[in-house]
Amino acid sequence: MQLALTEDDQAFREEMRTFFTTEFPEEIRRTVEEGRELTREQIVESQQALNAAGLAVPHWPEEWGGRGWSELKRHIWHEEMQAASVPVPLAFNASMIGPVIAQFGTQEQKEKFLPRTANLDIWWSQGFSEPDAGSDLASLRTTAVLDGDDWIVNGQKTWTTLGQYGDWIFTLVRTDPEVKKQAGISMLLIDMTTPGVEVRPIELIDGGHEVNEVWFTDVRVPGENLVGEVNSGWTQAKFLLGNERVGVAPVGATKRVLARAKELGAATLADDPLLRARVVELENELLALELTALRVAAHSAGAEPHPASSVLKLKGTELQQAVSELVVDLGGPATLASGEGDATLDWYRRSTPTYLNLRKASIYGGSNEIQRQIISRNILGL
Amino acid sequence: MDFTYDDEQTALRDAVRGLVGKAYADYEQRRRATREDPGFDEKLWTQMAEMGLLGLPFSEDDGGVGAGPVEIGIVCRELGRVLAPEPYLSSVVLAGGLVSAVGTPEQRQELLGALSGGESVLAFAHDEPGHRWGAEAHDVTADGSGALTGTKDGVLHGARADVLVVSAVLPEGGTGLFLVAGDALASVERSGYPTYDGGRAARITFDATPATPLGASAADVTASIATVQDITRIMAANEALGAMQTQLGATTEYLKSRKQFGVTLNTFQALTFRAADMYTSLELTHSMVDWATMVVAAGGPAQVADAAARAGLQVSRAGRHVGQEAIQLHGGIAMTAEYNVGTFTAHLTALDHLLGDAGHHLRTLDATLGDHGVIDPLDRTATQ
Repeated sequence: MQLALTEDDQAFREEMRTFFTTEFPEEIRRTVEEGRELTREQIVESQQALNAAGLAVPHWPEEWGGRGWSELKRHIWHEEMQAASVPVPLAFNASMIGPVIAQFGTQEQKEKFLPRTANLDIWWSQGFSEPDAGSDLASLRTTAVLDGDDWIVNGQKTWTTLGQYGDWIFTLVRTDPEVKKQAGISMLLIDMTTPGVEVRPIELIDGGHEVNEVWFTDVRVPGENLVGEVNSGWTQAKFLLGNERVGVAPVGATKRVLARAKELGAATLADDPLLRARVVELENELLALELTALRVAAHSAGAEPHPASSVLKLKGTELQQAVSELVVDLGGPATLASGEGDATLDWYRRSTPTYLNLRKASIYGGSNEIQRQIISRNILGL
Repeated sequence: MDFTYDDEQTALRDAVRGLVGKAYADYEQRRRATREDPGFDEKLWTQMAEMGLLGLPFSEDDGGVGAGPVEIGIVCRELGRVLAPEPYLSSVVLAGGLVSAVGTPEQRQELLGALSGGESVLAFAHDEPGHRWGAEAHDVTADGSGALTGTKDGVLHGARADVLVVSAVLPEGGTGLFLVAGDALASVERSGYPTYDGGRAARITFDATPATPLGASAADVTASIATVQDITRIMAANEALGAMQTQLGATTEYLKSRKQFGVTLNTFQALTFRAADMYTSLELTHSMVDWATMVVAAGGPAQVADAAARAGLQVSRAGRHVGQEAIQLHGGIAMTAEYNVGTFTAHLTALDHLLGDAGHHLRTLDATLGDHGVIDPLDRTATQ
């Protein structure tokens, strides 16, 4: 048992901190720090700055831009990035489809997609959920039927985050309706400019346009865009969702938001011991979560993740939500603003939309009830 | 950054498990040991001494082993796993820790040598009626000659102890430590009683009782008491973690075997989800306790105080959560003294109130809330 980082890991931490705080575009960091929305251009610029420095996809296989880092180094990279208000690489590209293509794709698919995926020259959208297939993803009904060498896709996907920016969409489609539901699914990559693809916005409770419905009407998809074997899509989906969960415990970013709230709300906090007690509790819970992430990262040897990793998504999103709730309470009546048409950039004017928006965190990435199911079944054996 | 035990630490864990874990593998053995005074197994205590466990924290010059906090934490965790009633925390970690921190070389060699050898049980007489947690004495006073007057209560193993370490207000103010042993101890009124978790405590009244200063002369050692209490908080957190691990294990086994409505209880999601939440509490606590234990090894008094409050807050919340849910998920069986789970909850409650509950730690942490932006758990060295 040893608290300190090794000299090598300490030097790595300094290197990451220096890059993120001195070489990364300042305006993007300020936008994140102030809790404002990033434009598509800013998100692309951000990922390209990371990719140019070899920091966009360090967890990929080395031949496609990975760095061969230890789990602990990946953890340090991820935490330092968030601490410096640097946006993490676009999850759809870096955490979801990239690793799937690297693992299951053909050589042609890898060459065609991976470099452009790392550099966000292609913006990927996720086409998994459907109106009747949420947590029960395997019930999806969007179909793909062979026509010569092509697939003809019909159906509807939903909750497609930032689909309005998407160039390509990775989808799960039903290719065999006759078998057990998991066994009849395939993964298709679809160019979103193909005729028959239509993206319709969904307005959310925070007033924003973040997610979309994506409709497919007789969309013709070349056979070469199938990932893996026909009807093996559930394997790729499980692989992808397993990776997704690891990336959704935003410890560093939540710590940063809480520290900023302490600073901006200092006068209120000085007068209110009950609010201060909430801050102390949240800081402590975040510490326990961060230490768990460290314990998992420092232990990870081989393919099997440390069982405690299963609590990261569950607790991480709960704390992310709880901090956003505290920020609203800290602002009091000033938080009535929707954030729309607002030039003042005062912190409290976007706090309620952020709080409302983050209710999503315990729903996506495998809802927190699904996480409890995983813990009780897979870890506790119940 | 490494959360794993090295080979020697793993061997120590296995050895403690082989001795203490085996002695109390059958819960009935624990019930038997706590039924009669002194409330623990003197023979096992001697075996623990022979294994070197009682001398772990103390330097070799003082008759100890000179091991670090991780090793002491391993012992506490294993004792917690089986609810061993031996006075390791109160006698070795707390009272022995005070002697080690404040005593003269002669006092250390004599007292810690005997403690390490299992020949002498120490107790720290500190808490007083009407006062909650802290490092200071309040109504027990020492006069100019060092004679003590006043009442202490909740003194763990105070009736069995061969030597009392007593805190008292000094004539010029501040809190000093005194030793009461031998004939002086025989003259003290000690009223021992069982605690609700099967332990032992005592109410002790001093009336111009002759005492020897711990250290060269009577001096204000409040800061030393505070640090030893902080280390004890972290070791108590290790003990609580061991207890919670056993409780979760027992609860999941029960859910898999107990049948109602013709099916095992793990068929009901209302129960399995609550077990999942217990697991989450437990794992978060595990990380925090490991970290705090490492801070004792790496940090100075300020870092240890902060880590003790943070681990204390986490353990208080988790201990109540896991302890209460363990009983509820079992149902009526866990209300019985014959089944172990309920007594584990009782012990977690006792640990929670030994050196400060969640509210106490919240107040401690509130005082330093403005000293940092974010918390950096890796930056905890004494030079900070």
